[in-house]
Amino acid sequence: MSATAPASLPPEGLPGLDPAWSRLVEAADPDGAPRTWHVLDTHHTPAGTADGDREAPVGTLLCVHGNPTWSYTFRDLLAEPPPGWRVVAVDQLEMGYSERTDQSRPLARRIGDLARLTSALELTGPVIPVGHDWGGPIALGWALAHQAQVAGVVLSNTAVHQPPDAAVPTLIRGARLRGLLDAVTVRTPTFVRGATALSRPPLPRAVRDAYAAPYATPARRVGVGGFVRDIPLDADHPSATTLDAVADGLRELAGVPVLLFWGPLDPVFSDRYLHDLEARLPHADVHRAEGASHLAPEDADLAGAVARWLAARVDLDRQHDVEALTRPADPDPDARHGADHEDDLDRTPAWAAILDPARAATDAIVEPSDPTDPVAGPHRISFGELADDVHALAFGLHRHGVRPGDRVACLVTPGRELATLLYACWRLGAVVVIADAGLGPRGLSRALRSAAPDHLVGISRAMAAATALRWPGRRIAASDVGPRLARSSGAATSIPDLIADGAVALADGDGRPDTLLPPPPSGEADAAVVFTSGSTGPAKGVVYRHRQLEAQRDALAATYAIGDDDRLVAAFAPFALYGPALGITSMVPAMDVTAPSTLTATALADAVVATDATLVFASPAALVNVAATAGDLQDHHRTALAGVRLLLSAGAPVPAELLRELTGVLPAAEPHTPYGMTEALPVADIDLATIDAVGLGRGVCVGHPVPGVEVAISPLDSDAATGALTSRPHVTGEVCIRAPHGKDRYDRLAITELASSRDEGWHRSGDVGHLDADGRLWIEGRLSHVITTADGVVTPVGIERRVEAIERVTMAAAVGVGPPGTQQVVVVVTTDPRPGRMQLAPLSLTDRVRDAVDVDVAAVIAVPSLPVDVRHESKIDRVEVAASAAELLAGRGRRRGGRP
Amino acid sequence: MKVLVTGASGMLGGATARALAARGDEVTVFQRHAAELGLREVLGDVADARAVARACEGQDAIVHLAAKVGVVGTAPQFTAANVDGTANVLAAARAHDVARVVHVSSPSVAHAGEPLVGAPAGPADPHGTIGHYPRTKAHAEQLALTAADERAVVAVRPHLVWGPGDPQLIGRIVDRARTGRLALIDRGAALIDTTYLDNAVDALVAALDRAAEPSVRGRAFVVSNGQPRTVAELLTRICRAAGLPAPTRRVPLPVAFAGGAAVERVWAKLERTDDPPMTSFLAEQLATAHWFDQRETREALRWTPRVPLEVGFDRLAAWFADHPER
Repeated sequence: MSATAPASLPPEGLPGLDPAWSRLVEAADPDGAPRTWHVLDTHHTPAGTADGDREAPVGTLLCVHGNPTWSYTFRDLLAEPPPGWRVVAVDQLEMGYSERTDQSRPLARRIGDLARLTSALELTGPVIPVGHDWGGPIALGWALAHQAQVAGVVLSNTAVHQPPDAAVPTLIRGARLRGLLDAVTVRTPTFVRGATALSRPPLPRAVRDAYAAPYATPARRVGVGGFVRDIPLDADHPSATTLDAVADGLRELAGVPVLLFWGPLDPVFSDRYLHDLEARLPHADVHRAEGASHLAPEDADLAGAVARWLAARVDLDRQHDVEALTRPADPDPDARHGADHEDDLDRTPAWAAILDPARAATDAIVEPSDPTDPVAGPHRISFGELADDVHALAFGLHRHGVRPGDRVACLVTPGRELATLLYACWRLGAVVVIADAGLGPRGLSRALRSAAPDHLVGISRAMAAATALRWPGRRIAASDVGPRLARSSGAATSIPDLIADGAVALADGDGRPDTLLPPPPSGEADAAVVFTSGSTGPAKGVVYRHRQLEAQRDALAATYAIGDDDRLVAAFAPFALYGPALGITSMVPAMDVTAPSTLTATALADAVVATDATLVFASPAALVNVAATAGDLQDHHRTALAGVRLLLSAGAPVPAELLRELTGVLPAAEPHTPYGMTEALPVADIDLATIDAVGLGRGVCVGHPVPGVEVAISPLDSDAATGALTSRPHVTGEVCIRAPHGKDRYDRLAITELASSRDEGWHRSGDVGHLDADGRLWIEGRLSHVITTADGVVTPVGIERRVEAIERVTMAAAVGVGPPGTQQVVVVVTTDPRPGRMQLAPLSLTDRVRDAVDVDVAAVIAVPSLPVDVRHESKIDRVEVAASAAELLAGRGRRRGGRP
Repeated sequence: MKVLVTGASGMLGGATARALAARGDEVTVFQRHAAELGLREVLGDVADARAVARACEGQDAIVHLAAKVGVVGTAPQFTAANVDGTANVLAAARAHDVARVVHVSSPSVAHAGEPLVGAPAGPADPHGTIGHYPRTKAHAEQLALTAADERAVVAVRPHLVWGPGDPQLIGRIVDRARTGRLALIDRGAALIDTTYLDNAVDALVAALDRAAEPSVRGRAFVVSNGQPRTVAELLTRICRAAGLPAPTRRVPLPVAFAGGAAVERVWAKLERTDDPPMTSFLAEQLATAHWFDQRETREALRWTPRVPLEVGFDRLAAWFADHPER
């Protein structure tokens, strides 16, 4: 098929494409033949218009598309370029609206083509190549040839190498089958159409058509087939050498900022390819845009990400400065092992209390009695036994191939086994990955794919899911996994086997774990990736270093004066793990920890009896059920419960009435509730007496910041945008936190991290609140739930608390309806008795709501139930509430509900 | 300032004329029949160019409210009153070099039945509207704003103005409630903006005073209390103010819509000139959200509603208590 055609301009009317960007540029190709390119260019001045006084750009983003797309992929970047930057997006030759030459263009030639085009464009000054799909190697090839000019690199869903453990993507393999290739890519639009069908969420038809527009006929698609043919699947391929050279050349970019912007749902360039690039570019900022697929620039906000990343990372005055690029994640985790850092001198590692010989005979962990054999009583493990198990498991893991810096997913129920595993991993220098089963299979899949553990330790439920859902990581079975499941799930070993193996090996050695194990990790080494609850969007991985976990332990001990005389019953998963680090006896009561409301008063009391506990930590949902089942308590329970000095209710706001009710169950306990989040805990603390003393205010009072924590407010303007930090009282804004036990960073969410740590050293919590004159923090809601009315911003929690004080109202959500900036406040309530369906509240209740609050409430709606999160069963999804309220209050119109 | 108020026999026109006079303006009112406001009066039909020209002589400003409202009437009747009437006012303003014109328009000039949720004041679009009144008012507003090239013209679109003694909105609702013919369409859950009379008057006066400012001249502003309420609440509050029980009957929208369409046909056949009890347009209006973004209006006119809805309803109740016969 002979197919030459000149370059042309795209037709008008393609969605999101400004015709003023389009230009045709002539450049000689490597053979000296003049070729015409179609290029989108923000700094193109169409003929006949005045050049104006446009300032020279500070730099240029040079965007290179893949196959079978065209420069259209980058239109959002052209529409909203980073301030001061020029954006040039090319249509490669044979592609898009550039010239069809009827020549084959292998990789090397395409890299050369691009260099000649940039010469013709006279691209001087700093350039950041942006490559998507097979545009990646071409953009990188250009970068390696123009290193003096390269100020950064952005790559999206691309590859420079076929990882040995990755099968060739099915789609590519299918397209490459002899005889099929031309049929799929050239003779029919299957491949062209297939590319846009991958997009998530699905693209509007007009956009899909725009992607396919330059590839309408077989003659226009010759280049598409050529591109697929040029993928070097084996070493003999003509382009293999070039691709290898590009891959090997990446080490030369060690001084250049790199952003890897990834769509995780990509069936072609899966996470394997991301990990390959991460290994080659260890200093890269990695952002996995959850929910996005192969066309990540289309599915996710690449323009916003590039702008934020450029502002934070690219310093045009300090190009090629390796020092300037030292980023939180050290490229060489091994360098962090060996406790020879200066700051390690007065550090107490997480596992230190377990190893303390003075404690060896004390109970470390108590487990509830086996319901089938209650006579045996609770099972007790001493600190000495735990220390032996931790050492044995650490050594067993090490012998199994777990290396310092490896990630180990710990899908194990809180209790002895999980504690042993965590402290063994930490001693070994492995990084634990912790995700709550409450995320559900889908949420867990997302979390684990993003964290990409090297090893996965799971109880039977987790192992079955890991097989079915193809979670990453070499499998290690927990003790409850039977041999059949262990086999079917591919588990090479188990925790009990590793402990046994490690114990034997230690005994066979000199018996001194510290000489046989690798040196312990330094305080700077990564210790954990903990996933958020996902109640506010997809769960995010939060990375902690050892010194941050240690600071968290110390903050808990200081805040609650925890000492050797304390014993802990923890019905709240994160806290259950801290007992051994604090050096105190701990126990998880008989309950399903993933379903807090399964905790009964009797189960709690049995645990308190078994440990003679002084501390009880639980979530509000658990405590609600404790209060509800308090009637089942017997005398010996009540005696033991009277010895508890502190009741900590954590995880969500706690109604004061509930705490008061519980003083009947725990008469001597001082009820406290900490405020914090996965990224920083604890931040503040309040006791019941203070809750009662401060009364109703604008929000919920969460008390003073705990020792070592600083809280500042980033004030909200009328659009709910946030400004410079302040500690002035009564100013409402985003709550920002600085603490030695705050998170280190978000994992593979570089853009989210840059946004959250906009003020260096501070974490933006996403919560909105204010400080009062006494320095106490009040939480007024989530930033994403702020209501922007024409009269200013309104926060939900203060309204909700006042409404919930109205008789018969059981729960309230204050939401905004209408466009941001001119929203109306609507209050949605559950009542006793419950309404059968969503409906307008009676006017009498509406009047009482309006009397109770100080903002104009447009409507009050009663619903049978409000949507709450799985983990805490108390955080209201106000976004969902707002959507259903808006629908009810919009009524039915000609264009929405259809013609009546 | 010498101000001519057209259409002063209506509630809003009369109140505006009184408010201007109260602050010291020399007010002339123009309408077909004596309005008994105690102000200088020129009687005539707004469709009569000579009568309008006579009224505009020597004026500094015009507040143009005269219009044919409702759903009954033929297209030529609406065009004569609304389009020709406005053209006459603008021509007279030109002839007598009247510096300012406040053209009172309607939010319906820019919309056609879709839910309006915090909607901005879009451009008047005669082709996008449904019904004679919105279409002719859209034409009229276009004419008026075109004249902003030569003088300070501003269009103000108050949404559902009501107040004590209002025979239109309040009077009809109360009449129907009293005879047991008031029903909610659907669940009555659509949010609707309304404007208490005093606030609408203030907005017209503010528009008159600011008409020459660049951020005001030539533009259209929707005016409301900025406190949308559900239809169910509005009807209940009005009924309560009149000492009547709240409506309890409910009619599904399709039924009301079809019923309204049937009524319209009957009314047309009988050539009746009173407003029919239900129309398809009204049915849809009452089942669909209509509330507006007030930020630009408030900023440009430097006006905010003085009387909150709650106070307005209290005043309405007091008025009904003083007028038991109504």
